[in-house]
Amino acid sequence: MSGGTKRVATVEARDEAAPDIALITLRLPTPALVPPPGSHLDVTVRLPGGDETRSYSLVDLGHDDGLLRIAVRRRRDGRGGSVWMHSLTRGDELEVVGPVDEFPLNPGSAPSVLLAAGIGITPVLGLARALRSRSSDYRIVYAGRSREHMAFAQELEAAHPGLVTLAESARGGRVSPAEVVARVPRGGVLYVCGPMGLLRDVRRAWQQEGRSPADLRFETFGTSGDHAARPYQVTVERLGVTVQVPVGTSMLDALQAAGVEIMYDCLRGECGLCRVRILESDGPVDHRDVFLSSRQRAEGRQMCACVSRIAGRGVTIDC
Amino acid sequence: MYPLNAWYAAAWDTEVGRTLLPRTICERPVVLYRTSEGTPVALADACWHRLVPLSMGRLDGDNLVCGYHGVTYGPNGRCTRMPAQETLNPSAAVTSYPVVERHRYVWIWPGDPDRADPALVPDLHWNDDPAWAGDGERIELDCDYRLVLDNLMDLTHEQFLHADSLANDELSDAEPDVAHDADSVTLTRWMHGIEAPPFLAMQLRRKSPEYRGPVDRWQIIRFTAPSTVTIDVGVAPVGTGAPEGDRSAGVNGHVLNTITPAGPGRCHYFWAFTRNYHLGDQGLTNLLRQNVSCVFGQDTDMLNAQQRAIEANPDHEFYNLNIDIGGMWARRIIDAKVAAEQGRERTHPTTLASVAATTRRSA
Repeated sequence: MSGGTKRVATVEARDEAAPDIALITLRLPTPALVPPPGSHLDVTVRLPGGDETRSYSLVDLGHDDGLLRIAVRRRRDGRGGSVWMHSLTRGDELEVVGPVDEFPLNPGSAPSVLLAAGIGITPVLGLARALRSRSSDYRIVYAGRSREHMAFAQELEAAHPGLVTLAESARGGRVSPAEVVARVPRGGVLYVCGPMGLLRDVRRAWQQEGRSPADLRFETFGTSGDHAARPYQVTVERLGVTVQVPVGTSMLDALQAAGVEIMYDCLRGECGLCRVRILESDGPVDHRDVFLSSRQRAEGRQMCACVSRIAGRGVTIDC
Repeated sequence: MYPLNAWYAAAWDTEVGRTLLPRTICERPVVLYRTSEGTPVALADACWHRLVPLSMGRLDGDNLVCGYHGVTYGPNGRCTRMPAQETLNPSAAVTSYPVVERHRYVWIWPGDPDRADPALVPDLHWNDDPAWAGDGERIELDCDYRLVLDNLMDLTHEQFLHADSLANDELSDAEPDVAHDADSVTLTRWMHGIEAPPFLAMQLRRKSPEYRGPVDRWQIIRFTAPSTVTIDVGVAPVGTGAPEGDRSAGVNGHVLNTITPAGPGRCHYFWAFTRNYHLGDQGLTNLLRQNVSCVFGQDTDMLNAQQRAIEANPDHEFYNLNIDIGGMWARRIIDAKVAAEQGRERTHPTTLASVAATTRRSA
């Protein structure tokens, strides 16, 4: 991932931002400057299978106290990183790299809409604050189950009065991607932070309206899909290799562990280097990348092995 | 050492057009161009993909297409097209620097874009004020930008380096008044009842062909952080009231100088000479530009040689004379700004005064 220096951070506090969402405050060896909006932290998580890296957006609640804050939603069907993060308590130490500034605002003063769903709200806090200080024309749409389950809803409304629309699904609130896109002024920028399904639908609406792809900005750490993760089997016919891909392991990792050489780079479904050719699948492909277009997804002939999964028993591929 | 949160002249307005102009500003490779509507753009001159200079690419409308693999960027630096794929990588972008066009220069802000307030562009209005006429040039210097500031903040050197054009013995006799605040230094020097030096005598003859008598000469040098120096110069026949404020019988020029750090030990020096008489005389504009260009050629040789000498004498530091006070104030103001930006203590005045070492160490 990012090639920065590892530092040891100490957990200063762990609070509940919402049910199942921990707000973790970290102290670095030297006080951190206020990170640029849209920055994240790469954290080394200790898992039974070994160390792994997870990226968490920094939460900007307006502090300038040299501490860094991240919010982590516990995912019981995830790869284990969030559960480990939730086990941290005050005084625990963890290795971090960053802040990494990879989701900056567009320069200039184009009108902006920030669309967040669920834990995707984390980068939006800082982006919104920066847009406000630029005196930009901006709005925030925040989707979640209900106000009580939506972290930082209150802080957001207080900091941006009249500019926040909450869509609470438990109360019948729905985010219509077409509507959100239609309400972005021409020449404006839409920032999307949320699950893959939402991004996919927004992207389609954006394309249908003939908007410039460069004005649709999004960040995903490639961890969410349309289907719950389940174990499946992958066969590389050409090599006569068949391996199991358990929950919490990617196809890429499973194949590499079996000695299959695969090219990869970003490990978050952006660069497309780890694409494999699908020869046969007995379940739908749960695309969790942002590299393949809707047309390519519909074709169903390829998938990104770093993040995408099969929602079925098995798949036969070439790579 | 230079502040990043400042406007620096990147180019003369006429240098930037529908072509790709590479230039290093504060150690940052930048490519400049104009959109089809004429708005100047400054992007980092390194493709996000594999870092080749974007200035080797081409323009496609308002977008810049990398000359190697065709990765395309909009004026805001965001990637708009990638080869051989149907989507855009969400991280693909190059830095787009804040840019302002003012006073015939294109200015760039290398620091925090949210602080890039156009109101902070140095005042060089003489360059496009209808009450003034003139022109200038850009000089590429192989020296630290602060050596140019030293040069402009101490005009006693005119007596020796520019003996053929600007010398008056009185230059080293009359001590300037010094005023300074957190952002600027002003040096004011009047020489009363002297013979006009050749460059100014020539101009006075244009305006008052019959006058041959003594003149009052003034030089009001104003440094504005980080690197702009305007010099209000002129002569007026003695007794016509110039020292009291009526310069109408004399000739008045403003020498405009703004210096932009490039790489370590290199800088871009933008200058112009403007006058407030015979405004429509293009021949005079050309003549004055050529004259000043010759004068600054003498400075160029000296400044480049000074930088080489500083590098060739690593164990030596500067000694300072009282004539250096203007440049020393400028350096102290710059250091305070850089210290504030970097969150460090200001350099101790004694250390800062022996600046040769500092000059060597970094741009």
